[in-house]
Amino acid sequence: MSTAFESPTLRLTTGQYRIIVGHCYDGLPDEACGLLAGPMIGARPTGVVSEVYPCRNADASARSYTVDGRDYLRATRDAESRGHEIVGVWHSHTHTDAYPSSTDVRQAVDPAWLYLLVSLRDGSPVLRSFRIQEETVAEVPVGLVG
Amino acid sequence: MAVDVRFPTVLRAHTDGAPVVSAEGSTVGEVFADLVARYPGLSGQLVDATGTMHKFVNVYLDDEDVRYLNQLDTKVGEGAEISILPAVAGG
Repeated sequence: MSTAFESPTLRLTTGQYRIIVGHCYDGLPDEACGLLAGPMIGARPTGVVSEVYPCRNADASARSYTVDGRDYLRATRDAESRGHEIVGVWHSHTHTDAYPSSTDVRQAVDPAWLYLLVSLRDGSPVLRSFRIQEETVAEVPVGLVG
Repeated sequence: MAVDVRFPTVLRAHTDGAPVVSAEGSTVGEVFADLVARYPGLSGQLVDATGTMHKFVNVYLDDEDVRYLNQLDTKVGEGAEISILPAVAGG
């Protein structure tokens, strides 16, 4: 059931990739998180990312994250001012794989969103992206553009 | 008292796809009741079975988190904007 529903490719620019990975390293030893904005067609993200918003981890924890509410509000307003929407969230796993944990799956908020995981376990960061729909996880390819 | 209420993508399935809905009420709770009366799919999404704000949503009145004001009893003024955001969390 790992590819049970249609998914776009998540496209990040090199600059966005650097912001995301840099924010994850800056957050150590805690998990770091942020939001992805982009255009949607109907109720579906296209996979294009127009903006990345590093956010505070309100949990300040190495084991969990909660996107700070005010950061989320600011990101939403900025994205909407550009005619886009929040289309996903990223967070780091400091000592485990770049794969959604059972907590990530249980707490997934939007079946249309892209969930980007950044593992810092090894020497180089590993990024993988997923959609999570009714507790089913489907991998979404990540592509670097530009 | 008319206020604009902004919905996240995940709740728009219950608002006929509208990102912003104008609603009536003098408190956040009254605004929510008006919304649920017009969009029954929102029932249980904003307020839990005990009548308190659902713990999985954050509600902002303009820039203020109403959890730190008077929650559902928070008064709203004409032209205010309420933003509803799901709690985004994991492990």
